Amino acid sequence: MNLAALRTRHSLALVAAALLSAPLGLLAQAVMVDTSAPPSTVTAIVGGKLLTITHGTIENGVLLFQSGKITAAGPASSVKVPKGATIINAKGMTVYPGLIDSETNLGLTEVESDRVNNDLVENTEEISPQMRVSDAFHAETERIPVDRYNGITNAIVAPASEDTMSGQDSFIQLAGRDRDSMILVRDVALAMNFGQEQKRGGGRGPAAASPKFPTTRMGEITQMRQALIDAQEYMRKKAEAKKDFKIDIKNEALIPYLNGEKPVVLGAYEGYEVEVAMAMAQEFHLKVVLNHVTHAQDILDKIASYHVPVIVGPIYDSPGPNERYDAVYSLPAELQKRGVKIAFASYGVEFNRNLPYAAGYAVAYGLPYDEALKAITLNPAEIFGVADKLGSLDPGKTANIVIANGDPLDVRTSVQQVFIDGVSIPMVTRQTRLRDEYTPQK
Amino acid sequence: MTANKLCLIGALCAVVHLASAQAPHDLVLKNATVMTASHGTLEHASVWVHNGKIAGIGASVSAPASATVLDASGKYVTPGIIDPHSHSALGNDVNEATSPVTPSMMMIDAFDNSDKALYQALAGGVTTELLLHGSANLIGGQAVVIKNKFGLSRDAMLFPNAPRSIKFASGENPKRVYGGRNQAPSTRMGNFEVMRQSFEDAKVYRAEWDTYNARLAKGDKDLTIPHRDLKLEALTDILRGNLLVQIHCYRADEFLTEEAIAHQYGYKIRAFHHALEMYKVGDKIAKDDTGIATFADWWGFKDEAWDAIPWNAVMSMREGVRVSLKSDSNDHIRRLNQEAGKMVHYGGATEDEAIRMITLNPAWIIGVDDRTGSIDIGKDADLVVWNMDPLSTYARAEKVYIDGDLFFDSSLKGFGTTHFNGVMHSSGFSGSDDEANDDEGGN
Repeated sequence: MNLAALRTRHSLALVAAALLSAPLGLLAQAVMVDTSAPPSTVTAIVGGKLLTITHGTIENGVLLFQSGKITAAGPASSVKVPKGATIINAKGMTVYPGLIDSETNLGLTEVESDRVNNDLVENTEEISPQMRVSDAFHAETERIPVDRYNGITNAIVAPASEDTMSGQDSFIQLAGRDRDSMILVRDVALAMNFGQEQKRGGGRGPAAASPKFPTTRMGEITQMRQALIDAQEYMRKKAEAKKDFKIDIKNEALIPYLNGEKPVVLGAYEGYEVEVAMAMAQEFHLKVVLNHVTHAQDILDKIASYHVPVIVGPIYDSPGPNERYDAVYSLPAELQKRGVKIAFASYGVEFNRNLPYAAGYAVAYGLPYDEALKAITLNPAEIFGVADKLGSLDPGKTANIVIANGDPLDVRTSVQQVFIDGVSIPMVTRQTRLRDEYTPQK
Repeated sequence: MTANKLCLIGALCAVVHLASAQAPHDLVLKNATVMTASHGTLEHASVWVHNGKIAGIGASVSAPASATVLDASGKYVTPGIIDPHSHSALGNDVNEATSPVTPSMMMIDAFDNSDKALYQALAGGVTTELLLHGSANLIGGQAVVIKNKFGLSRDAMLFPNAPRSIKFASGENPKRVYGGRNQAPSTRMGNFEVMRQSFEDAKVYRAEWDTYNARLAKGDKDLTIPHRDLKLEALTDILRGNLLVQIHCYRADEFLTEEAIAHQYGYKIRAFHHALEMYKVGDKIAKDDTGIATFADWWGFKDEAWDAIPWNAVMSMREGVRVSLKSDSNDHIRRLNQEAGKMVHYGGATEDEAIRMITLNPAWIIGVDDRTGSIDIGKDADLVVWNMDPLSTYARAEKVYIDGDLFFDSSLKGFGTTHFNGVMHSSGFSGSDDEANDDEGGN
């Protein structure tokens, strides 16, 4: 079967399902794709260039998958296509694992200006570790098909960053018949943030009207330390209690993080903010993933000495007035050069589909190509504890596979087909439906 | 203080000394891939610059032996990128949001030539920008056109004798700003009513002055000079066709209403900006020779951007609309070349068509396409040397020339600027607030 045939089959199947007139965010109704029953027969993608991530690039490769799992990936000379396999000719194409976006707000808002539909962050209280994005994640968001159209198959959903301790992230898959089947790991990490944005003198919602604690960085750190100390005390009391111990869900939420069982995704932009936030995290022996690092060029070696992964960026953040134009563009390369495991995130909901281009832009400013690819595949899989299932083209892993007509990091490249859990995903979005409706019939 | 005393670090010294150098009378960029934007791409071609103008293009050029020659083997040369929708370097003065009709606001009065956004855009190959009033008002202020000669004086950065443009806005932003204060307009019908009333007022004003001038020409004595009103004068200039009308407008129905009002009052619309639904009615708008300045792939940042599709630019182009891409952002202005590259992905634009969307077409929208926007003999030598095909994600602008003078060179230490020797300002303004909607005006 060729790719064009695959697409034709989809568009026929979906004509009836298309809900073109869904009005705005209120009733977003993306076409859901059930991936729970992948074909049990073997599918073989042959003739393409395989970007395996773990064992290099294979020209004229063969990738086999069956029942939702990759079963083989190697050169045509050594991987035999079994009889009866569905063959997809990918000659001239590039084949790579589905991309992983290390932070988004997918499903927490549709159109951000429609505030009534926003579940971006429960910012009535800053210390909210018990808030779980999985309780708000709207699986039917129209944005998910748009993102997977460009080859993104997995993402972290995090609350918006304006609270110091804003809640727990989920690791999602960008296809599934319903919310539960799209959440791969609920409460995968705790989102914490430190800096200007978390002060309670402004920002979104009711906080803007009346400033309250904290309005300074010292206030923020005090607030976070107190919350962690309270949770430690709670843990002691809980351990000592014989019976009738009253569960406090806020303190309860912090236990796995204080035990170092799950990572804290700790946002800090400037070098000094990173240092202050890390000192706090080390006091409580938190397992840290640094996030949002953008203006930390002056402490690169120190960041490397922490031996924690870093979600960089966005690399599009504007350099300060005394910084060279490429100060932020080159940050991923500078960190990676020092041995830091890096990952990229698109943040928000509007530009998720451009995730691979951020990685590509870092290549333009010195990041080795293979490291850029890893930063949107294997590295986030490792950071969030799902590398046994995702992030590379290796036998045994989930068949989240992308076929594109060129280099995935180049803006000119078009994704031709996406597989999630081994299921061929309709390359149809609200946007392709609009495009097709308004394309003149010649 | 001498220049040397300012040189505290080596990088700055280089900047200071270079700043005093004169641009060469003759410059040849040799053996490059030249994307002309007007007549295709030439391989192994040279571009000869004489006194700031393009004097020759081709396999060989007849530059004098004294010319400075830059070996550009393996490099790409394009016209300087032109952004027809920028709010850079206007500080926080983008919107005079105290009245829905403010056509006498002059954006030049807010232009800060030390804004870091200009430098960052220059490093991305941007040589010309149309700096527009925001979108809070139905009829906003008059734009300023700049050449991005970062480091020169305010006056030296103005595009000489550029046509005047005025910014209009429609849709959500004006009705949110004024409706939110319990003022008119608070609806789209209110928006358009404000416009129609303004032009009715202007017609009366114009007639008054026309009568006066006619009598004066006839030699009538005892004439009372009519009151001069800056607002009505600017509106009259619109009716007289003295201003290029640039309209912030998202929805298909609003393009149609705007064109109808323009026909009714006898002015032409130069371009719809944002224009995210142009793919729905491109064939109709093309008939009026109105262009668009659109985003490559922005969508869903507000209700009126919900039907945005990334194929909009190419689909509209195929319907005959003159399409340009623009930034409306201090961020995206730095990589408009990548935004153009996306047009190959979304809709299959040729590389030539994609380059035109960030050079010659925006030059037309601004009304300076006779002087810049393509590599043609006689045009201003606004040129960018790229390390590779500029439509690639991996492309970097290496050298940027404006009027034949080098303004940015990425191989230089420090900022890479050749004329800048001061302190950059930062307004803290993103240059775009339609995206986040966090400013009451919007752009």
